[in-house]
Amino acid sequence: MLSKLWNKLNALSSKKPLKYTLYLSAIIIFFAIILIPPILGILIKVPTIGNITSQPALMNTALGAISNSFSIALIVAALDLLAGVPLAWLITRGKSRWLTILDTLADLPFVVPTAALGYSLLLFWSSGGGISSFFGGSLISPGWLLVMLLHFTFSFPVVVRIMVGAMLDYKMEYERASRTLGAPPLTASRTVTFPIIKPSLIAAFSLAFARSLSETGATFIVAGAVFMNGPVFLQTLSNEFKSGAIPIGTYEGATVFASLILIGVSLAIFALIRIIGQRVKLPFGHGLPFFEKKLSYKKAAWSRNSIALFVFIVIVLIPSLFVALPAFQAIVSGTSLIQAFTGAGIWASFWQSLFLSYGLAAIVTVLGIVLGIPMAILLARKTFGKWPSAILDTLINVPIIVPSIALGVSLKFFWQSIPGVPEFLLLVFAHLAITYPYFVRSMSAAMERISVDMEEAARTLGAKPFTVFRSIVLPLTKYSILSGAIIVFTRSVSETGATLAVTSKLQTAPVLVVNWVNSVRGVIPPIPGVTSLTVGLACGILILFSFIILLVLRLLTRKGKA
Amino acid sequence: MPDVRTVNVTKKYGKIFALDNVSLTIHDKEYFSLLGPSGCGKTTLLRLIAGLIEPDSGEIYIGDRRVDKDPPEDRDIGFVFQTFALFPHMTAWGNVIYGPKVKNYGQKQADTIGHEVLALVKLDERLNAYPSELSGGMMQRIAVARALAAGAKTLLLDEPLGQLDAKVRNEIRYEIRRMAKDLKLTAIHVTHDQAEAMSISDRIAVMKKGKIVQIGTPQELYMHPNSLFVAHFIGESNFLEGYITKTNGYSEVELRDGLNIKALNTEIKEGERIVLAIRPEICEMKTGHISIENALFGKIDKITFEGTLVRYEIRLENGDRLVINRPSLTETWAEIGQEVTITYPLDKAHLFSYPEAGLTEEIAV
Repeated sequence: MLSKLWNKLNALSSKKPLKYTLYLSAIIIFFAIILIPPILGILIKVPTIGNITSQPALMNTALGAISNSFSIALIVAALDLLAGVPLAWLITRGKSRWLTILDTLADLPFVVPTAALGYSLLLFWSSGGGISSFFGGSLISPGWLLVMLLHFTFSFPVVVRIMVGAMLDYKMEYERASRTLGAPPLTASRTVTFPIIKPSLIAAFSLAFARSLSETGATFIVAGAVFMNGPVFLQTLSNEFKSGAIPIGTYEGATVFASLILIGVSLAIFALIRIIGQRVKLPFGHGLPFFEKKLSYKKAAWSRNSIALFVFIVIVLIPSLFVALPAFQAIVSGTSLIQAFTGAGIWASFWQSLFLSYGLAAIVTVLGIVLGIPMAILLARKTFGKWPSAILDTLINVPIIVPSIALGVSLKFFWQSIPGVPEFLLLVFAHLAITYPYFVRSMSAAMERISVDMEEAARTLGAKPFTVFRSIVLPLTKYSILSGAIIVFTRSVSETGATLAVTSKLQTAPVLVVNWVNSVRGVIPPIPGVTSLTVGLACGILILFSFIILLVLRLLTRKGKA
Repeated sequence: MPDVRTVNVTKKYGKIFALDNVSLTIHDKEYFSLLGPSGCGKTTLLRLIAGLIEPDSGEIYIGDRRVDKDPPEDRDIGFVFQTFALFPHMTAWGNVIYGPKVKNYGQKQADTIGHEVLALVKLDERLNAYPSELSGGMMQRIAVARALAAGAKTLLLDEPLGQLDAKVRNEIRYEIRRMAKDLKLTAIHVTHDQAEAMSISDRIAVMKKGKIVQIGTPQELYMHPNSLFVAHFIGESNFLEGYITKTNGYSEVELRDGLNIKALNTEIKEGERIVLAIRPEICEMKTGHISIENALFGKIDKITFEGTLVRYEIRLENGDRLVINRPSLTETWAEIGQEVTITYPLDKAHLFSYPEAGLTEEIAV
């Protein structure tokens, strides 16, 4: 029965109308669900800004918080490149076989949901049990420095991943040519290698920047009540509104005001990065090669590698995993563990939220794949011509660029105006919007690597378009589909900004962790039964589950490769 | 000045010897080719000389200086890559003056050098174009100009013509030689194309499986191959298997099926198994069965017209096959099925001991 249906569809697939119907529906769904609601939602609420024009103090707070967001994102993205490029260099150019382990370790902070990461960093840098115990107090108290460290930690793997990919693709022949022409290693990198991989440097910078701008939950944890950036400001507003401290007019006005500025400025900055990035050229630097020659050789390379490793291990890796310690203590103490696994007391809500998180992530991943594949093909093959494809290509990036809490706020405003949309569906839309671009990017890049010749060869051998997709495109892009799916899944499990914005009753796992941490630290009214041991254990379980899922997906991708 | 010498150089990849104890001297101002089938180690040797890879053991000298521990930028070489490796983010001109600039010459001096080398490669247009906008031939010229502009006295070329189509290739190969000679450079040219190596080299080293099989001028290699491999790889040869039955003045050879023929004396002793190598172009062919001394008889199986030459494939009386090339314009063509008598100058056929690994294995490329 099913095979009959397949044959029928397959036969139909060579007909143009079916092909275009498929592609057009991909485009329509993209506009209707992913692109337009987050933009329209905020626009319909623009008049509410009038409610706060009489409160200059509030507006100033908003502007201050937003400028904090951008300063931190810019500094963090720059630091990421500074530290991430040498590590990627070491991973791709080094000769030791330990480097594959380093390569895998570099992904670790990527898998740890940011809320758990935030708590882990808080424990490491500013609690009595972490590194601070050597200094007789809190080494780094919650505030802007800790926020910066946090953002550095979770965006660092993104930069390393992109740069490792870029360096593996880079043809070493260019650098060799430069060496034979008399350039010392450092000069060769500066004048040849980096200019050639510049697009990847820009992409890495942009993504690190975007992630820093969007992160909400973990930032809320480490900011303490002393520091505010855009997302923290928006979240504080929402909390105050829920607790009745501010009226709806002020809440909506300030939220729309801050979100609009966040969205507008980030769009402007990304446009600027795109335009300037392409034009910026490193000066050749007369006399520099002579100086660089002195730096190039073994000692310099050795110290560069050591610093890269040190930064990675001490600033990124150990603080990320530090939460394992209280988790371990909780396990040793016994009672918490039994409570946790029997779902006693507050643990019932933990398991509920965990179930919600993973269920949501699974649904979003499947939807992302189904909706993303036709779009990716469309973009890679430029089905609708050069210009429409270029425009679509740019639009796809918008949900990445928009800070996720602003996106969530906007989505909520939009769907609120249509009665009867359940909260869970809102969550799905929000997560889909945020993760969809990552999948489409990964998939369309893979499609571009497959030569059209191969598809045409299959057609000349008698395969219908659907068969071509199933027998040629799918096997060749399987790895990218799976790695795209991993990104979607982990992003969805980590997401807090948009989640907080669109939900009022449902609580995903990272949101629950944020609440628990803040309850323990007294930032919000205490939740009965939550202690630092329970938070540690909750983070531990969350990380463990993410690892198991990552491992399963890794095994799948490995099979996919074979 | 820059003699290039390698002494007992070995390079292994895993268990495979890419280069096995190679010692070689290339003279100052010589145009030298490394020739061999793919995987013979010729590119590895060139890259070792350039310093792009390090030897496991052995020494490399450029001039009087031992360089095998020096990085490539200190070896004073120019390298032309098979893929050209033109920097895609720089214009043609930017590529050409890259060398002078990294060597800290002033802008003025870099410009002067740039114009000089571009005049040498006869290129003065489209200098503001990026590599992706240039034709293969132009990219090749820029690649050579860039290597020359760095001012090196040793020019290393890794299959520099491999990416060009046949007509352009033939033109450019003579130009490269002319430039190297005009500038008094020592040039080392890697190629798998024996016609290319023969036409431009002062001397050639033929390589096989990480070893040098024979070094000589193109004529020496063609006229006096020292092995079956060289006889097969340089030009073309027919191989007839047999035994030495007697040595007195001449070596008497018994081919398969008791066919007897004479060959020049070698060190191979009576009773030993041999292979007789005869080049297709040294054979004379007459139609009919003519009784002359030291001739081979057979029937024409196949005729192929190759332009300048006609190629006859002949089945000899004993079943062996023999290929003969004859000029197409100055001779009457024979026909398929015709009986023919074949003779050749004794001193131009070569006798080799039958290889231990077998003939097919010995000449495999």
